[in-house]
Amino acid sequence: MSQTIEIGKLTDIPKLGSRVVKTNQGDIAIFRTAEDEVFAMHDKCPHKQGALSQGIVHNNTVTCPLHNWVIGLDDGEAKGHDKGCVKTFEAKLEGGNVILVLDK
Amino acid sequence: MKEKLVVIGNGMAGMRTVEELLKIAPDKYDITVFGAEPYGNYNRIMLSPVLTGEKTIEQIMINDLDWYKDNNITLHAGIDKKVVKIDRRNRIVFAEDGTEESYTRLLLATGSNPFIIPLPGHELNGVIAFRDISDVDLMLDAAKNKTHAVVIGGGLLGLEAANGLMLQGMDVTIIHNLDVLMNRQLDGPSAKLLQTELESRGLKFKMSANTTKITSDNEGNVAGIAFDDGVELKADIVVMAVGIRPNIDLAKSAGIHSERGIVVNDTMQTFDPRVYAIGECVQHRGELFGLVAPIWDQAKVCSNHLAGYGIANYRSVATATKLKVTGCDLFSAGDFEGDEDTDDIVFQDPKRGVYKKIVIREDKIIGAVLYGDTVDGSWYFSMMKDGVNVKDIRNTLLFGQVHLGDSGHGEANAAANLPDSAEVCGCNGVCKGDIVKAINEENLYTLEEVRAVTKASASCGSCTGLVEQILVATAGGDYNPTETEKPLCACTTSSHDNVRDAITSQKLKSFSEVSEYLDFMKSEGCHVCRPAINYYLLAAWPGEYEDDMRSRFTNERMHANIQKDNTYTVVPRMLGGMTTPEDLRVIADTADKYEVPMVKVTGGQRIDLVGVSKDNLIPMWKDLTDAGMVSGHAYGKSLRTVKTCIGSQFCRFGTQDSTGLGVRIEEMTWASWTPAKFKIAVSGCPRNCAEATIKDFGVVAVDSGWELYVAGNGGMKVRVSDFLVKVTTDDEAMEYVGAFMQIYREKGHHNERTAPWIERVGLTYIKQEIVEDADKRKAFYDRFIESQKYAQVDPWKKRVEGFDKQSFIPMAEV
Ligand code: SRM
Ligand SMILES: Cc1cc2nc3c(=O)[nH]c(=O)nc-3n(C[C@H](O)[C@H](O)[C@H](O)COP(=O)(O)OP(=O)(O)OC[C@H]3O[C@@H](n4cnc5c(N)ncnc54)[C@H](O)[C@@H]3O)c2cc1C
Ligand code: SF4
Ligand code: FES
Repeated sequence: MSQTIEIGKLTDIPKLGSRVVKTNQGDIAIFRTAEDEVFAMHDKCPHKQGALSQGIVHNNTVTCPLHNWVIGLDDGEAKGHDKGCVKTFEAKLEGGNVILVLDK
Repeated sequence: MKEKLVVIGNGMAGMRTVEELLKIAPDKYDITVFGAEPYGNYNRIMLSPVLTGEKTIEQIMINDLDWYKDNNITLHAGIDKKVVKIDRRNRIVFAEDGTEESYTRLLLATGSNPFIIPLPGHELNGVIAFRDISDVDLMLDAAKNKTHAVVIGGGLLGLEAANGLMLQGMDVTIIHNLDVLMNRQLDGPSAKLLQTELESRGLKFKMSANTTKITSDNEGNVAGIAFDDGVELKADIVVMAVGIRPNIDLAKSAGIHSERGIVVNDTMQTFDPRVYAIGECVQHRGELFGLVAPIWDQAKVCSNHLAGYGIANYRSVATATKLKVTGCDLFSAGDFEGDEDTDDIVFQDPKRGVYKKIVIREDKIIGAVLYGDTVDGSWYFSMMKDGVNVKDIRNTLLFGQVHLGDSGHGEANAAANLPDSAEVCGCNGVCKGDIVKAINEENLYTLEEVRAVTKASASCGSCTGLVEQILVATAGGDYNPTETEKPLCACTTSSHDNVRDAITSQKLKSFSEVSEYLDFMKSEGCHVCRPAINYYLLAAWPGEYEDDMRSRFTNERMHANIQKDNTYTVVPRMLGGMTTPEDLRVIADTADKYEVPMVKVTGGQRIDLVGVSKDNLIPMWKDLTDAGMVSGHAYGKSLRTVKTCIGSQFCRFGTQDSTGLGVRIEEMTWASWTPAKFKIAVSGCPRNCAEATIKDFGVVAVDSGWELYVAGNGGMKVRVSDFLVKVTTDDEAMEYVGAFMQIYREKGHHNERTAPWIERVGLTYIKQEIVEDADKRKAFYDRFIESQKYAQVDPWKKRVEGFDKQSFIPMAEV
């Protein structure tokens, strides 16, 4: 079973930025790209749990603030030679509202 | 339909270009490769260690046959797959066995052929070159059941061949026509040291020798070699290593303009614009190539054009050489002979087998030869390529970078002898074994690649020299010397200076204008260029450019340092390290109220509240700013602290009021953004209790005024600051602080502290600009003060008032 939650407006998230949603599954970072796409994943870098929501967002990736791993926003995979993956969630836009889909 | 790219030559240059192309335009071409050798693509450089037995053929494969399949590349490899004809009109190439392929674009990467001296007897069995796997097989075969080897040619290749054959058990004599070995890389004294070392290992030499013929037995095999002085040597094999000639026959037969090599322009195109050429077969602006470093650069440029980006230009840069004979430490670069207009600085210690020579013209290094101790080779080389003015460090130049205060790994030059468990990179905890493994398993060639894979030297960089040595010892030549005018990051080919120049000359006012004007490959940039350009824009257009929070590293966006558990620290400013009981009470109360887990006095003379959760930042700042405190910028590339000692107000030795001046300086400079962090200290007498001589700007009191010092650095590489000037009044000192900070703000590269910056631009330059020229100094100072008008806003207060509120609170709780 999945649960669909409206968490706010697209404009609540800065372009090329991120906001955190607190859930019972832990903090989830919601990203907004330059093209106004939204992505969601655990706010925990696969390396040493850095807060990805605090990273710099560029071309569908985010750079972790702690040790500069670059994580793909769509698949949660570490890029380049780093290896690791963070759990992603479905996020989408409905008329300017951001919808997050959580597994129950 | 995809376009068709055909590559002739399955060697290092051709495949490197294909690799680069796949990285940036993986779907543009159907790629077909012809190779006259029956293998995948291997690391030719490593044939030397294969010959010595340190490596196997499998270990030196760069791309095996599966790689071609995985990347949908058609490979025609084999002796009969040698391309023999190019029909340019119909755009078809033909191989010896009749295989044909048509192309939209063609890449010639046919390498070169070893030169064989046409001596009588040169066609006998047992006369071998040293170029490919089949040559190495022949030599290894000979070593199994034959005794005497003669190597003609005392250059790099000849010595590596001789060393290999000797280690395989043969009795080896090297024939050289001059009396200086490796005469293209070494001068007399260093060559002598090398020869002595090699002789002590068992190699024999016949120098200044003129060969007349190779003699044979009755069966057409080599038997010996004769000289014009009557001497005859026994030889079961003769290895010719006397040079290479670009392989241009095919190009010529197709009517492609060639001189000594196939002539290419700056975009690696031949006279037929559909046909590119690269590697040892080309001639670029009159120059031929024989090492991989320039070839890697060519591959980058060529792939960029093949991909259709069309923005890169090849420019040849100096290369450096090292010899791959384990235990012979040798480094050579540039013009090491010099002429009447140059000076040689020479160091010689024959007993230790150390020789160093640096050739200088007009205060710049133009060449270097090092033997026995080559640790500083890459340092000299990078100064040579960057044209660094070495006047100020001339007296210690030969003693190496350690003497400039490198507390790194200066003396540990025997990288090859380090155990695998030795920690090389302290920052990232990388051991030698990890690096060697990564180099071998992932086929790494360059420092950048080793950094990316292992993280070694990726942080503070003080182990860079050591990592380079391990790279050389493991993978052979130093093939990727840092480029001059390095690109700012992988998004662009422009350097820091190109970007800064473009911003000011073209009046570019946003990241997107910069990335558009300079044709960035990634329009949104990355975590390296975005913060850099944000800073450059801020420095260029004070008051006009709006700081882009999304291009700020989290610390600078949150105005607090992120910790390993994602909590933050709060450090209120204490001007000049001065505080009051009231302030301390406020800090204590705040710490109590928010249950701060750690309260610490910092090395910068103020108090750090450590372990604060993101949610508590704004409330804590409110309490602190209400009491009149401001942010300490302990997190920023900005002014950090102005450290002071007690000074003449109380200290029995104090000659000037250091606390008074320190507070004034901090009042003027706080909240200024700089390329990297900036620290100041003021001491009240030469006892220097504020440690002012390892600060970016240091002020030390003497009886008659203040001595001003610049570009000191504590931390990873300790650098004692340089004396700038002595002044008599506080006001003069203030003007110098402002002027120095401003010239650094305008000229320094993002992330480059004043210490490396000054080593790059030279103290002389700084003196010219701000000491000798009072008007310029005043102008720099004025620009500093002007930009401070907009910068001196307390970021904490701004956020307490609601700015960027979103960053500090969750979007939702569900
Ligand atoms: C808090 C403090 C340690 C302390 O408790 O004393 C400190 C803490 C950190 N230092 Fe430092 N440094 C502190 C004084 C120093 C000093 C001493 C000084 O300023 O007199 C030095 C040597 C002097 C110098 O910089 O030349 C120092 C040299 C470094 C370096 C090496 C810089 C270099 O150029 O070699 C780094 C690493 C870097 O910047 O890349 C660093 C980096 C750091 C960072 C920012 C590491 C990081 O990226 O997270 C630490 C942040 C911890 C935090 O969240 O607060 N810290 N650091 C000091 C803060 C001073 C302040 O009041 O602002
Ligand atoms: C033993 C040795 C040690 C070396 N050590 C170093 C070192 O330490 N550092 C350094 O920087 N450089 C070193 N070099 C030089 C370096 O290997 C060369 O600069 C580099 O390999 C040149 O690359 P290339 O692609 O131009 O030529 P190659 O690598 O020679 O590739 C050319 C390929 O094209 C093929 N070919 C030619 N004509 C045709 C045709 N008509 N049809 C099909 N295929 C064809 C050839 O068979 C060959 O495989 C060394 C070279 C050797 C031989
Ligand atoms: S405070 Fe400085 S020295 Fe201490 S652990 Fe952090 S970075 Fe290293
Ligand atoms: S925790 Fe993200 S890179 Fe280390």
